[in-house]
Amino acid sequence: MATVVIRTQTPAERPLALHWRRVRRLPWLPVILLAPVVICGIFGSLLFPHDPTTIDLLAPRKPPAWMDGGSWQYVLGTDQFGRDLLSRLMEGARVALIVAISSVFLAALIGVTAGMVAGYYGGIIDNVIMRIADVVFAIPAILLIILIGGAVGGGFLTVLSSIVIVSWVLYARVVRGETLVLRERGFVALAKVANCSDTRILLRHILPNLMPTCIVLMTLQAGFALLIEAAITFIGLGIQPPATTWGLLISEGRPYMTTAWWIPTFAGLAITITVLGTNLLGDWLQEKFDPRRQQR
Amino acid sequence: MTRYFLSRLRLAVITILGVSLIVFVTSRMSGDVTLLLLPQDASQAEIAAMQHQLGLDAPYYVQYYKFLVNVAHGDFGESLRYREPALGLIMSRLPATLELAFSAFILSTVVGLLLGILSARMRSSWLDYFSRIFSITAQSMPSFWVGIMLILVFAVELHWLPTSGAQGVQYLVLPVVTLALVPIASTLRITRSAMLETLDADYVKFLRVKGLHEQFIVWKHALRNALVPVIAISGLTLGFLIGGTVIVESVFAWPGLGNLMVESIFTRDYPVIQAGVSVTSIFLILLNLAVDLLFGVIDPRVRFG
Repeated sequence: MATVVIRTQTPAERPLALHWRRVRRLPWLPVILLAPVVICGIFGSLLFPHDPTTIDLLAPRKPPAWMDGGSWQYVLGTDQFGRDLLSRLMEGARVALIVAISSVFLAALIGVTAGMVAGYYGGIIDNVIMRIADVVFAIPAILLIILIGGAVGGGFLTVLSSIVIVSWVLYARVVRGETLVLRERGFVALAKVANCSDTRILLRHILPNLMPTCIVLMTLQAGFALLIEAAITFIGLGIQPPATTWGLLISEGRPYMTTAWWIPTFAGLAITITVLGTNLLGDWLQEKFDPRRQQR
Repeated sequence: MTRYFLSRLRLAVITILGVSLIVFVTSRMSGDVTLLLLPQDASQAEIAAMQHQLGLDAPYYVQYYKFLVNVAHGDFGESLRYREPALGLIMSRLPATLELAFSAFILSTVVGLLLGILSARMRSSWLDYFSRIFSITAQSMPSFWVGIMLILVFAVELHWLPTSGAQGVQYLVLPVVTLALVPIASTLRITRSAMLETLDADYVKFLRVKGLHEQFIVWKHALRNALVPVIAISGLTLGFLIGGTVIVESVFAWPGLGNLMVESIFTRDYPVIQAGVSVTSIFLILLNLAVDLLFGVIDPRVRFG
């Protein structure tokens, strides 16, 4: 009997229990919130219940299935032109993914480079980069976007460049601060002794140490990018119809909100859920990388 | 102190110059003004004459210098739509925007501080969980959507409040709540963590040992220290609020600066946009300068740090 007890405790069960504990520590809530967006964004065209651009003028502003007058043919109802809202939301997920990922990577690339160079070299380069950052920081984001968008007009490129212009500053400031600390560390001095070039020191020795911070920032900024996209679209400088974005769905649905509340409501919920997911994931990553800064 | 003052002042001046440079560059990107002013069939010579008259054929640094001189005299050009000086238009709309922004500032500071202190005091209570869920959700919602949803619920369905306009206090409620949501969340988060840190500090433990009443410790002693980071971000918060009014005003048809700016996008009234961006940015830079200086006076660590 005794041997049986020992056997069940050690070799068989313990790895499983450990495994289970590891699984439980994963960020389940953010994953659940973000999964639909990622899946719809990648496989959207295979999953659409309807074509998101097909206009059905016989069924404009049909309410969601569970309400009077709704049908399961259009689960979340239709928009002002009778297009299926669920399919349009799924198509919006694709655009949201593209906007978020491309803007975040571009902003990080520019911001991290600027921050590393400013922090590592110091002096006049540092001064110039940081003064530019100050200026961008001084103008409220939405006003800067109006200034740029008003000059060049709306569209995908305006959205992308606007998000990049207002958000690289954050990376630059944070990365500069960390680089200032890192460049005084022993391994940088040793790399210099070993005759490494500045580029090599920056890319091989400093950048890897910046990675945790960058990943956290990028996660948080991905959500922020969607909020900016929605705001830009609202002021008329965003991605133009007939394309579909969540921001566009809210703006287009707004005139009909008293008769078709579901159009702006569900589109806004899609944004909120996604941003909430990235915010929670960002917080989780921050705690994971830096246990000292754990929220109490 | 003088040195700290001067270095801050120099930074503010550089930043203002930077803003003016951005405004200048974007104005040149916005297209050729001469083509707007001349009839479509204008000859090449007429266009050149107009460009010369407007000074557009001068080198860019000369144009920038002239632009700076004009701006220093408060001349941002004429609104293409209203045919009156852009700066005057902006100034006439500014009070309504400031009313909205400052109301939201007061609301967010009071509610954020209160919730932050209470949830730090009652850590892990239902109030604490509510505050934390609230603050992370509030920061995840597009502000104009929040406005639309509030209109749907409180104006369209319940008929408690008007949908839009500005004819009295009841018109202020929904826009201010919409605007204050994010700052409430950030003030709450900062207050909560500052308060938790302070309540752990040795001097607070000493006060407890001394037998002081916990309420007295919290509201008299700990609050003062917890206020420091809240005041520190107040400049940023106001900046956020003034930027946020752009969106919120146009959702609620509030007759302020932001609404005018969004209209100007649609009517391609670029001088108004330039004047609006310049005025708000300079206002915010000076405000942040004031906050910095105030901090230098209050807290010696800032001055010498």
